[in-house]
Amino acid sequence: MQLQTALNRRFHGDDGLEFVYVATSAAILGLDAGTAAIVDAFAVPGGRDEDAWLADQSDCDAASTALHDLIDLGVVRPVGEPAPPRAQLPPMPFPLATLVLNVTNKCNLSCTYCYEYGEDRLTAGSGSKGAGKPKMDDDTARQSIDFLLRSSGDRPQVSITFFGGETLLNFPAIRAAVEYAEAKAVPAKKRVHYSLTTNATLLTDEVIDFLTKHRFGITISIDGAKEDQDRHRTFQKGVGSFDVVEPRIRKLLTLNKERNGRSIGARVTLTSGASPAPATYRYLTQELGFDEVGFAPVTAGLGREYALGELGYQKLLREFGELAEEYVAAALKNESHGFANLGDLLRELHQGVNKAHPCGAGLGLLGVSTEGDLNLCHRFVESKAHQVGTVTAGVDEAVRTAFLQQAHVDQKTDCTQCFARPLCAGGCYHEAHVRYGDATHANLHYCEWIRGFVDLGLSVYGRILSRNPKYFTRFETS
Amino acid sequence: MSNDPIDNGPRAVNPPAGARPRRTRILACNQKARQLAAMVLAQRGDARALTQDPPPTQYPYGCTTIFAPGWEVDASNGTHGLCQPIERDLYDCYHTCYWPAQVPDGVTNAPKWTMSCGAPMQDWKSLDLVFP
Repeated sequence: MQLQTALNRRFHGDDGLEFVYVATSAAILGLDAGTAAIVDAFAVPGGRDEDAWLADQSDCDAASTALHDLIDLGVVRPVGEPAPPRAQLPPMPFPLATLVLNVTNKCNLSCTYCYEYGEDRLTAGSGSKGAGKPKMDDDTARQSIDFLLRSSGDRPQVSITFFGGETLLNFPAIRAAVEYAEAKAVPAKKRVHYSLTTNATLLTDEVIDFLTKHRFGITISIDGAKEDQDRHRTFQKGVGSFDVVEPRIRKLLTLNKERNGRSIGARVTLTSGASPAPATYRYLTQELGFDEVGFAPVTAGLGREYALGELGYQKLLREFGELAEEYVAAALKNESHGFANLGDLLRELHQGVNKAHPCGAGLGLLGVSTEGDLNLCHRFVESKAHQVGTVTAGVDEAVRTAFLQQAHVDQKTDCTQCFARPLCAGGCYHEAHVRYGDATHANLHYCEWIRGFVDLGLSVYGRILSRNPKYFTRFETS
Repeated sequence: MSNDPIDNGPRAVNPPAGARPRRTRILACNQKARQLAAMVLAQRGDARALTQDPPPTQYPYGCTTIFAPGWEVDASNGTHGLCQPIERDLYDCYHTCYWPAQVPDGVTNAPKWTMSCGAPMQDWKSLDLVFP
């Protein structure tokens, strides 16, 4: 029988340990020298004949046993055998887990790279405001809560995320939504978890008190120390925002620690000319006191001067490698480390996540516009082309299902031979829309970057697994 | 330590100093690999009779996949529990079997076929026809 190794990525741990990440199942297997040699021997174009290969082996029985172990585990497969059928869509309507409320489409900053108001905006409108109503009214916020509770099936916990514009420009709607959700969650037998993203300019004492009291998961958009923050994150007249946000962030972090709140993350948008990621990481965690930091390369159409570019991505990958060294050192001591991108990747690798869709948008997550329209996610609110219903009428299941079928990774022929497919599944819909005008297009401009980052994650996984495998129990689901 | 060459335990890859060398050739490292390995190992057990002690932990699905000689009599050595008359067996084929001709399939095409008929021995006539 002609056999071939399934799509995979080989990687190493310390002390010569060998691993394989099997892209068809997202399983990670440790291999001894013999099995590693088999995985490599059958990883040739067209595959290899089993009997001919066995005849060349010194210990034929042992080789045959090892080979059939690999076949049973799906690492080596008969050539031409059709792939096992893959679930296309989960049973619909899929119960909602998270609703993102865009409580305002206005912003008090004018960040030059902003996808919402800048050159890559999806919606009509001008300046730092969108096309629809500038603020969500309290009734729409309450209707959104009702919609989430009745659309979440038998999930015991749901999440409400507040977003903007600048989210805190409409603090009254946030307060109204939280008070309403608290009252409604008990009879609905649900726990509600709140989170919010803000630029920190409006973190007054009252707001900080409210957010920490309700145990909000808080993400602060901040690009680093003053020079980095003020490069793009400016007020409308071009003045940088660092001096306004810095004292407020310190106050929030201090009170949150006192109240033993959830960890607070910084979200850094990476542009060309930004300081090295490790320096930014150290500033945000050690100087300001953030619990974790996530980096996101700026979303940009072709030709934007702030975009990272090919060399920028290579540099960033080296910088991520530096941060990864710190992460490994912490993990070997069983300590957590706040490099969120790597932590998230290791969690998905350890669980063996194998995605049919790149994210939960349209599936377990929807975005709500200020007027109560439902869209794929917060980045698509006010885009009529990506609307899937309203909070009062509910989801148009036909539209939602059609989108999800089109967005399935099996439809992205560019992804069929990529080992990073179980984790990436083609990447962000919004990113794809900005770049290709089609949300279901694979983000081909990201491929090398994603593969490079997954390679980094695999090597970190192998190193930690070699020396402190118990570290990963923190990522396990029951 | 398992004698099977696939190790499905969340244990250290490196054995502690002084431990016996491992016979493991393949180690299931992440959660997905452990699920796969558990599935593979479960399928490797010897064939076991249903009456064997301890009984098997996994049963084949559907009546025709069970090797159950002596269907001439039922569990009480009578014929009452057998699929005669045919009405008695209607729902066995509907719910648990893939039996393509005799009854509609309840998995995909006719999930509500039995809604009108609670006890087929008495009211099988209320079962409606199903048109594909």
